[in-house]
Amino acid sequence: MPKGSDIFLQNVSKIVVFLVLAFALYLFFTGHGSPGGGFIAGLMSAGALLLLALAYDIETVRKVVPFDFKLITAIGLLIALGTGTGALLFGQPFLKHAFGHFDLPLLGDTELHTALIFDLGVYLAVVGVTMTILLTIGEDR
Amino acid sequence: MSLLHLLTLSPFLLAALIPLLGKAVPRLHTGWFAAALSALLFAALLGYLPEVRAGSPITESFAWIPSLGISFTLYLDGLSLLFALMITGMGALVAVYSVAYMDSSKESPTSFYVCLLTFMGAMLGLVLSDNLLTLYGFWELTSITSFLLIGYRHENYRARYGALKSLLITMTGGLGLLSGFVLLYVMSGTYRIRELFEVGAPLASHPLFLPAMILILVGAFTKSAQYPFHIWLPDAMEAPTPVSAYLHSATMVKAGLYLVARLSPVFSGTPEWFWLVSLGGLVTLLYGSVAAVKQTDLKGILAYSTISQLGLIMCLLGLSSLSGIFDGEEQLLYAAAGTAALFHLLNHAVFKGALFMVAGIVDHETGTRDIRKLGGLAQVMPIAFTISLFGAFSMAGLPPFGGFLSKEMFLEAVVETLHAGVFDLHTWAALFPFVAWIASVFTFIYSALFVTRTFLGPRKKAMRGLKIHDAPALMTIPPALLAALALVLGLFPGLAAYSLIQPAAEAMMPIAAADGGRIPVEIKFWHGWTPALWMTIGIVAFGALLAWSARRWAKLYAFFPRRLSINRFYDASLRFFERITVWVTAFYMNGSSRSYVKYILGFMMLVLGFILFNSTDVTFRVGAYAQIAPYEWVILLGLAAGGIAVPFAKSRPVAIILTGTVGYMMTLMFVFLRAPDLALTQMVVESISVTLYLLCFYHLPKLRTEQQAVRFRLPNFLVAIAVGVLMTLVALAVLGTNPFEPISDYYVRESYESAGGKNIVNVILVDFRGFDTMLEIMVLAVASIGIYNMIKLRRKATDVGSRHVSHDGDESDEDAAVFRHAQYGHDGPTEETLDERGSAENEQLEPLEAETSESEGGKLSELGEPDDRDSASPETEVPRMKGGDSDA
Repeated sequence: MPKGSDIFLQNVSKIVVFLVLAFALYLFFTGHGSPGGGFIAGLMSAGALLLLALAYDIETVRKVVPFDFKLITAIGLLIALGTGTGALLFGQPFLKHAFGHFDLPLLGDTELHTALIFDLGVYLAVVGVTMTILLTIGEDR
Repeated sequence: MSLLHLLTLSPFLLAALIPLLGKAVPRLHTGWFAAALSALLFAALLGYLPEVRAGSPITESFAWIPSLGISFTLYLDGLSLLFALMITGMGALVAVYSVAYMDSSKESPTSFYVCLLTFMGAMLGLVLSDNLLTLYGFWELTSITSFLLIGYRHENYRARYGALKSLLITMTGGLGLLSGFVLLYVMSGTYRIRELFEVGAPLASHPLFLPAMILILVGAFTKSAQYPFHIWLPDAMEAPTPVSAYLHSATMVKAGLYLVARLSPVFSGTPEWFWLVSLGGLVTLLYGSVAAVKQTDLKGILAYSTISQLGLIMCLLGLSSLSGIFDGEEQLLYAAAGTAALFHLLNHAVFKGALFMVAGIVDHETGTRDIRKLGGLAQVMPIAFTISLFGAFSMAGLPPFGGFLSKEMFLEAVVETLHAGVFDLHTWAALFPFVAWIASVFTFIYSALFVTRTFLGPRKKAMRGLKIHDAPALMTIPPALLAALALVLGLFPGLAAYSLIQPAAEAMMPIAAADGGRIPVEIKFWHGWTPALWMTIGIVAFGALLAWSARRWAKLYAFFPRRLSINRFYDASLRFFERITVWVTAFYMNGSSRSYVKYILGFMMLVLGFILFNSTDVTFRVGAYAQIAPYEWVILLGLAAGGIAVPFAKSRPVAIILTGTVGYMMTLMFVFLRAPDLALTQMVVESISVTLYLLCFYHLPKLRTEQQAVRFRLPNFLVAIAVGVLMTLVALAVLGTNPFEPISDYYVRESYESAGGKNIVNVILVDFRGFDTMLEIMVLAVASIGIYNMIKLRRKATDVGSRHVSHDGDESDEDAAVFRHAQYGHDGPTEETLDERGSAENEQLEPLEAETSESEGGKLSELGEPDDRDSASPETEVPRMKGGDSDA
């Protein structure tokens, strides 16, 4: 990937990346009730990092997010699998979800859902996969 | 899940834990875990002995896929128990032996023990399965683990060659076996072996009976290395010696014998079964013993000897099938052949295990297994010498060892065929004693050569300077135990006969034991001056004479035409099939993604079009379509304009961005159609994929349209038009066609009620169809790892063609070159394309800053050079992108 040099893009993306990431976070948590979810949130987070990579370069992304994205994929898959297997421990079929309403401090009455944990797996897997592909192809000389 | 299930599956469990255990207790050799588990299993299985011996087999069932009626049923009777004890007992000894043999400081033994334990589990599962399908699964698993273990030292090309050969041959047999099992199911309606026995006589008159029998025998013969499928076993000797001792002499190769014994109640009594099994065994017996004499590698001798001994047992199993057609006294006479087979099976595992371990000791201490370099080791390795003497005596059939008894029983059985008088035996029966006698003479010769050439005579020059001594205790104890067992089996055969052999024989020949009587298994030394004894005396006399003069007549082997060997045939057929495959693949995989798109779209059109125009459910309700609002017209026009502009784009980035426009227009469309989820997803996917395309674009060859005008290509045009029309028709038809009740109502109703979510799309993704999602992200992960591998871990060219090794070392270079060429014709970058890519990149990079261009220049020269992959044979390579470029 060519080294970015656009000063405007760089300065704008410094702020926009966080906005996008925050929006992705919002999409992730709101997914069960309104448009959003792990898949979209994952893609959007990857999009934020991609913006960073375009504005600066891949080394910057590596420095800012020093994770091995293959590992993130694996963790995501394990979480998804673990959620499914967890149901077996309660004598339920694989991937059976449960939910309930809880009174949390600050948030008040909140619906908590095991599907959210599964969605976290999806989120991490999507981020990991997208970033692995992007970085691999982008870094190839 | 019963205790028996747990016992069977425990090796798999330990195999999974071994890597962790190895890290947790790094000072303890991982082999000890394997040894401990094997010993434990052996003891646990011994606990079943009284029950099985009393004639009450144990059945344990565990519903595996209840909805399909598939259960994991284990059945432990005499036959299974004999094999299971051999597997675990030998397993324990081999594991102890390997602790000393596998030097953990030089190579990590973890993968070795993972494979070994997996193999043990598979083997246990094989002999305990009552279901033909689970049996088949375990059967193939033994082939796979054997492949991995033969190829354990994979840096060595001979190991890879041997591993691949064994896999190809045993897997081919395995496929035959599977087909045979399916045919059995077609005939009987059951996969359970127990129920198969009950079907009985009607099976034999079924037209599929003979095909099923032949297919199953192909499986058994390939696994048990019977002529002409034996060629993999000598090459399998590349495996570490503990593996050879365990898999390729004591257990895995006996799986074929187990299968023949297990299914003999189904097939025995028919002439085809009798002739195929006994004659196949007889030929193998003769071939193996004759070929063993000319071997110069200690393990080579043992490999051919194993082939020969397996043939002997196979032949006995064939002879024992005669018991199915006789009654009373005669039936028991032929059942004795079955008893002999089982007894020899046990003896063979014992003495061959000991001999293999001795070969390993000799190799370990002297550094060679070549008998031409060895000699005179008896003085410095007295223990190994004693052990090999015991083993060789048992192998040659000399008293007072176990091998003598089973050899006598074998000779009696072949003599007995003279009196059978069925299945054309009155004409051909003389063949059996004659061939058996010759083969036994050769057996005596190679047994004698094994001991004398290694341990007796003068020390060879090369060996004189070395300080050679007996192996460490850990390596000596297991073979010493086996050698002692060979003697015990000879002196007190009743120990094994009544406890192990009798229940096994009764399980194998239920007819003979049908009337509640037991099969007599009295095994004794002295039978009087029987023909068998005279034959033995003849064997010893002739064998000793020939062994003594072996150096004089061994030249005769040179007269065998090498060109006609089965190995040549195997190598040639492998090359032939690879050429065909390369040719066929080259026919359509031309490296141009445009062609691939055409294939994909072509197939889509065929299938979709066929369904669309042949289905009666498809109707077009023209009046029912919604009105198109003015703003929608705007978007549609934008969509169409973007789409039409793509082919006219002058450069790739423009084309990509135009494609992106279409995607963003779609996003807008989704917004108007009130599908926020789709709009959101489409937008994000579009943004990322356009960027991805732009990234990939650096790696694609330059678009030809930059230099020349777009050429009109009728086929491409037609495909494009047809796909567009078809998809429009499909979209229109969807509205009018509704053969099923839509499922969306269910989701709308249930997503809040039972899943607690208001966003139906997400609820479907994570809850209703959560399993799909999980597998999809798995596919994504696999794809990303695939891309990573493709780009980051490029293959080394030196490996290609290395499996095309011919036996005598000739032709290999030529063949390797041919296949390197074939490989690079398709998936290796070439100078030409690299140059082109480099120049494309060069032009791209021009607008960039001056400071980067320097480094880019360095990169270019790197790209222009052929890297290590190309250095092998650059002039023979075919440009990969040839099709791709001319197609533009």
